[in-house]
Amino acid sequence: MNYHWNWGIFLEPSPEGNGTYGQMLLSGLWMTLQVSVLAWTLALCAGSCVGVVRSLPSAWARRLSDVWIEPLRNIPLLVQLFLWYFVLPELIPETWGDWLKQLPNAPFYNAVVGVGLFMSARVAVQVATGLAALPRGQMAAGLALGLTPGQTYRYVLLPMAFRVVLPPLTSELINTIKNTSVALTIGLAELTARARAVQEFSFQVFEAFAAATLGYLAINLLATLAMRLIERQARLPGYGKA
Amino acid sequence: MRKALLLPILGLFIGLTTQTHTADAPGGTLQKIKETKLITLGVRDSSAPFSYLDAQQKHTGYAIEVCLRIVAAVKKELNLPDIKVEMTSVTSATRIPLMANGTIDLECGSTTNNAERQKQVTFTNTHFLTASVFVAKKSANLKRIDDLKGKTVVSTAGSTNIVQLEKANAERKLGITVIPAKDHAEGLLMVETGRAAAFVMDDVIIAGLVAGAKDPGMFALGSEPFSRPEPYGIMLRKDDPAFKAIADRVTAEVFKKDGEALYKKWFLSPIPPKNINMNLALTPAMKKALANPSSNPDPASYAD
Repeated sequence: MNYHWNWGIFLEPSPEGNGTYGQMLLSGLWMTLQVSVLAWTLALCAGSCVGVVRSLPSAWARRLSDVWIEPLRNIPLLVQLFLWYFVLPELIPETWGDWLKQLPNAPFYNAVVGVGLFMSARVAVQVATGLAALPRGQMAAGLALGLTPGQTYRYVLLPMAFRVVLPPLTSELINTIKNTSVALTIGLAELTARARAVQEFSFQVFEAFAAATLGYLAINLLATLAMRLIERQARLPGYGKA
Repeated sequence: MRKALLLPILGLFIGLTTQTHTADAPGGTLQKIKETKLITLGVRDSSAPFSYLDAQQKHTGYAIEVCLRIVAAVKKELNLPDIKVEMTSVTSATRIPLMANGTIDLECGSTTNNAERQKQVTFTNTHFLTASVFVAKKSANLKRIDDLKGKTVVSTAGSTNIVQLEKANAERKLGITVIPAKDHAEGLLMVETGRAAAFVMDDVIIAGLVAGAKDPGMFALGSEPFSRPEPYGIMLRKDDPAFKAIADRVTAEVFKKDGEALYKKWFLSPIPPKNINMNLALTPAMKKALANPSSNPDPASYAD
């Protein structure tokens, strides 16, 4: 290897003129965190609703959920982001399209919506699976007690279903965080994009990506730990041990 | 278990860090070419007219033509006429690692030679000078940088141009919303679709994109550059004086003797694959750079 290592690069001022290379990467890390949190919130809310629809006994409800889930999970995320960013503004009326195009931080909102909806399809399937995994008698028991179907979902089925699917949801959370890196292709200045910018300016490519790797590792380990903690807190004594 | 995984990864980085100059064996690149009978050019897929794919999907361009002259001289120097030439596609993200690990020996494209990058690699004589300008729709009638006040302006993410744009924006308090595009084509696309009012890029890249656009007549260049002309160079490994000496000697000869003819061929005539003419006039500074070849990274040294 003919490579000149310079780990001090992170303390050197960046040519952007507003801080060091290290601060450049930190700004990317912060952007990754913001997009991840918002996209995950969207994925969880939309995914749970669609998951509930998917679990309903009606064949039409299932088909409706397929309309949501199948396109979102079968089209690559990269293509989806391009569709939202470049194609959607051309399909809607011109004044709306222009408003969308001129929106400040458009890549940010696009990334949140794009990654969030992509992950919502996966969350929906997980939530539906969790509901299907419950004994069929639970629904009947809830209704027999005089609860409406809505109340049965709210107080009986969903609290149990979410506990069942917490471990796979941890994986989906981590996937959400990692998937935000795809948004660099629509110009979002997240961690991977900033690492690329650092290497472009300084040519210290390995240092930049080593730092980005550690950044992702740190966020994802923290996310895993947080989810473990939630799992432990939410565990019901005596349930699932039989 | 997680700790057990982390430690070897860190160890790998530290190991790499301490093991720096193993490829700097005596003889360097020349020795390597002699042993492998192979010279590998790092080329770009879409940096017309410097380095790009023609209609036959073969790499061609101005920088490649200059590189092939260096290859010819290396063959002569080593007395090995049957050295094979291989072309490997690189991107701005892969060119450094591929050069550092010895996959490519010369990078033939449109890489800016600056002092910061010279800490990592070195460059042979400047083959082009580019200035950072903006392009907008003709109908918008934007001429000076101040005309961009309050507008949305796009530039390519990670480029030196976006830095110059940010700087001008901050210094002149223009209130421009700067958005990054993932590549040059997307930058112009954003102007074409009205997502941005202007696209800031090297003049030569804009000329190429506009020449290939659906309606080249709809665009107009701004008249005020964002920077002094910056030198483009062919990139070589650092600390390899023997190889750099050959590259410098050959490029100096080529630029002095055929420089203007080469310039005419690639910038003022129709070029493959679509027979587009870049129509980029030979500036006095560029003329001077060809007559007095230099690998100086300082833009001021090229002033006409």
